[in-house]
Amino acid sequence: MTFAASMLAHSLTLAPGGGGDAAHASLADAPIVAATADPSLAWMGWVLALPAISAVLCALCAAFRVKNKLPAICTVLALGSAFALVLKLYLARGPGAAPVTVHLWDWMNFGWGGGPWKSFQADVSLYIDSLTLLWMLFVTGLGTLIALYASEYMEAERGPGYARFFFGVSVFLLAMSALVMADNLVLLYFGWEGVGLASYLLIGFYYRKPSAVAAAKKAFIMNRVGDLGLAVGIWLIWVNYGTVEFGALFQAFDDAARGVGGWDRSLIPFCLMLGAFGKSAQLPLFTWLPDAMEGPTPVSALIHAATMVTAGVYLIARMQPLFSLHPDAMATVGWIGALTALLAATIGMAQYDIKRVFAYSTISQLGYMFMGLGVGTAFGAAYHVFTHAFFKALLFLTAGAVMHGFAGQLDLRHLSGLRRVPGFRIVSWTMLIGCLWLSAFPYSAGFFSKDLILVQAMSSPRFQMLGWIGLGTAALTAYYTFRVWFRVCAGPVAYAPGDEDHGHDDPAHDAHGHAAHGDDAHGHDDHGGAFHPHAPRLAINSVLLLICAGAILAGVPGIQALRGEQNWVQEMVSNSSAVRAAGVDHVTEPVAFGMDPHKLVTVFGTGACLGGIAIALWIHLLDRRMADRLRTALLSNGLTRWLPTSMENKWYVDELYHALFRLPAWVTSHLLHFFDRHFIDGLLVNGLGRVPVAMGRLFQPLYNGALQGYAGTMAGGLVLVLAWVAWKWLGATGGAA
Amino acid sequence: MTPLLAQAGLTQGVTVALVLSAALFTIGLIGFLVRRNMILMFLCTELMLQAASIAFIAFGRMREDTGGQTFVIFILTVAAAEAALALGLVVLLYRRRETLSAEAWQELHE
Repeated sequence: MTFAASMLAHSLTLAPGGGGDAAHASLADAPIVAATADPSLAWMGWVLALPAISAVLCALCAAFRVKNKLPAICTVLALGSAFALVLKLYLARGPGAAPVTVHLWDWMNFGWGGGPWKSFQADVSLYIDSLTLLWMLFVTGLGTLIALYASEYMEAERGPGYARFFFGVSVFLLAMSALVMADNLVLLYFGWEGVGLASYLLIGFYYRKPSAVAAAKKAFIMNRVGDLGLAVGIWLIWVNYGTVEFGALFQAFDDAARGVGGWDRSLIPFCLMLGAFGKSAQLPLFTWLPDAMEGPTPVSALIHAATMVTAGVYLIARMQPLFSLHPDAMATVGWIGALTALLAATIGMAQYDIKRVFAYSTISQLGYMFMGLGVGTAFGAAYHVFTHAFFKALLFLTAGAVMHGFAGQLDLRHLSGLRRVPGFRIVSWTMLIGCLWLSAFPYSAGFFSKDLILVQAMSSPRFQMLGWIGLGTAALTAYYTFRVWFRVCAGPVAYAPGDEDHGHDDPAHDAHGHAAHGDDAHGHDDHGGAFHPHAPRLAINSVLLLICAGAILAGVPGIQALRGEQNWVQEMVSNSSAVRAAGVDHVTEPVAFGMDPHKLVTVFGTGACLGGIAIALWIHLLDRRMADRLRTALLSNGLTRWLPTSMENKWYVDELYHALFRLPAWVTSHLLHFFDRHFIDGLLVNGLGRVPVAMGRLFQPLYNGALQGYAGTMAGGLVLVLAWVAWKWLGATGGAA
Repeated sequence: MTPLLAQAGLTQGVTVALVLSAALFTIGLIGFLVRRNMILMFLCTELMLQAASIAFIAFGRMREDTGGQTFVIFILTVAAAEAALALGLVVLLYRRRETLSAEAWQELHE
C-alpha cells in the first residue's frame, strides 16, 4: 500500500507544472475578458423555452387526467433537446472561448441619466462563458437521465401525480437554467427562487404524508433565510457598484480593487455567502437537506445532490472577482466549508437510513467545494461539483432502485447481500462505483477533484489546517460510504420489506407491478404470500449504467492533469470570472513530514480512504456484531457516551434551532394570539359590537307593539321639539323687542 | 302677539289658515291616540295629512309661490292611493281576527 501511494504521489507531483495552475496564477492579475454581445446565439433561448413548454404540457396532462407516460415523454424529450443545444454550443465554441452575452428580450430597463447608478438594467439575457457551459452540461445532461429514470420510478403514481412530478422537474430545469445562464443578478435571483419553489413542490410531492409536508416547509423557510442574504447582497451591489449585469460588474470590481470601499462594501460577500450557504446546505443552514429526502428519490438525486445544491458554489465561483477583493470573506467560506464537511461526515457515520447517509455525504462534499473556493481553487471546486454530480446522482439513484424494489425499505440494518438478489446486480455494482468515487479511491474522479482542493489548502500556510480537516473527513467519508455498501450489497442475502403502502398483497400494486413487466422479474411467484423484491427494469438500469459511465469519464480530466496535459475542465473554468481566485501557486517545497503538498495529500488521502474502507470492511462485513459491540461499549462508558448519542442525534442542531428560533417564535405567536383574541377581538371588536346590543336591550320595552304607544311617543317628542323651538324663538325675538 | 307674527311675515289670512291647520292636526292626533278602531285611526291620519296640506297652501300663499299648491296636488294623489291600500289592508286584517281593534295585532312587535 505504501509503495502504491508513493508511486501515486510521484506521478501527481508532475501535475502542477503542466496543469492550469500556473496559468491560473498569471490570469489572476489579468483583467477579465470582456463579454461581447452575440445575437446569432439567440437560439440558446430554447434552452429556457424547452423546459417551460414541457412544464405547460405536463400541466395540461394533469388537467386532462392523462393516465399514460406522456408527461415523462414530454419532459425527457424537452430536456434531452436542451442538452443537445448546450452540447452543440459547447462543441461549436470549444472549451475556452471568450464569454458572450445573448440578449433575449427586455425585462427591466430604465434610466434617469446613463451609466452606473443612473440606470437599472436587468434583461432576460444570457451570459455564456465556460463556467456557464460546465454547469449547463451536467444540469441538462443529468436532468434528462434522471427524468428518464423517474419515468419508471414514479410509475405507481401514474395519473395527475405523475404529471405533477414531471411538471416540477420541468420547472426546476427552467429555473436552474435561468440561474446558471443569467447575465445579471436579478435574473439569477429569479432562477434562485424558482429552484427553491421547485424544490419545495417536489419535496412535498407526497403531500398526504405529514413528514414530507414538514420537510418541504423546512426547506423553503430555511432557504428564505439565505435568500434574504442574497437579496440584500444584490441590493448592496447595486448601491456600491451601480449595476447588476455581470459584464459591467466585473469591470467595476476591477476598478474597485484600486479604490477603498465603505463598510457596506465589505458586507456584500458575506450577504452573498449567506445565500450560498442556505442553498447549498452549509453551516448554519444545513438541516433542511437531510429532511428533504422525504421527496421522491429522483428528486433527491437531481435537485438535492447533483444540481440545485451546487448553485451556492456557482454563485461564489461566478462572483469570484468580488470575493478576491475580500480575503476575510474567502477565509470564512473555506472554514465554513471545512467545518461543515467534518460535522456532516460525523453525522453520516451514525445514520441508518441509506438516503440520509447520502444526504449527509452531500453536505460534506459541498463543504469540500466551499473549502476549495475559500482556499482559492475555483477550478478544484468546479471540478469537484462536476464529478460529485455524477457519483452522487448515481448513489441516490441506486438507493432509489433499492427503495423501489423493497417497498420503501431504506434501513441498512434490514438489507443485506443485495448483489446476490436477482435483478439487483447492476444496482449493486454501480453503487460500488459510486461509493469508491465518493470515498476518493485512488484514480477515481472523486480522488482527483478532492486532491486539487486539498493540495491548494496545504499549499497555503493560512489554510493548512483546513487541509488536515479535509484529510480527516476523507477517512470518515470512506468509512460511512462503505458501511452502507458492505451492509446493503455484501454479506448473506437477507431483507425485510419496508412499510410503503404499495406492498405485494395489495391488488392495486399487482395490477401495476405484474401487468407492467410480466414475469421476468418475478420468477418466484410460487412463494405465495412472501415478499418479492421488485427488480429494476430497463429505464432504471440503463440510466444507472449511463451515469456510471459518466462518473468514470469524469475522471479523465484528472488523468490529463496527472499527465501534465491541458484538461478540459481546467479550460472551461479558465476563461470565466471564476479564475479570479486569489489563490497562491502550488508550492513544491515540503510543508509537513518532509513532503510537498501533492505528495502529502496523495499519501494521506490514499491512506485515509483505504483505512476507512478497511475499518468498514472489518466491522460491517467480516464481523458485523463488532459494530454493535463497539456502540454498546461506547454507550456504557460514561465518558464516551456523548459521542454516539450526539452523532445519532445529529449533534442536536435541530434541537438547538428549536430552542433558539422555533420556541421563541412559538411563545411569541401564542402571546400575540392571546392579545389578538382577548384585546383586539374581545375588547375592541366584540366590545364595540356589544354597545348597540346593550342599548337595544335598554330601549326594548318601549317597543311593545301598541300603535298608540308609538304615536304617543312621537307626539310627545314633537311637542318637546316644538316647545324648545318656541322657547328659543320667543327668547330671541323677545330679547330684541 | 300681533307684532310678533307680523315680524315673521304672517298676514291675517295666513294666520287663520295656520290655526285651522293646527286645530285639524291636533284633532287627528288626539283621535289617533284615543281610538282603537283601525278605520277611525286611519281617518285620523288622513286628517293630519290634510292639516299639513292646508299649512302648505297657507305658506305658499304667504311666499307667493305655487310650490305649496303643487305639493298639495301630490299629497292628494298619494293619499288617494294610500287610502285604497290602507283600506284593503284593514279588510284583510279584519278577516283574520274578526275585529277592527288595533290591539288584536299587538304581538306583531315580536
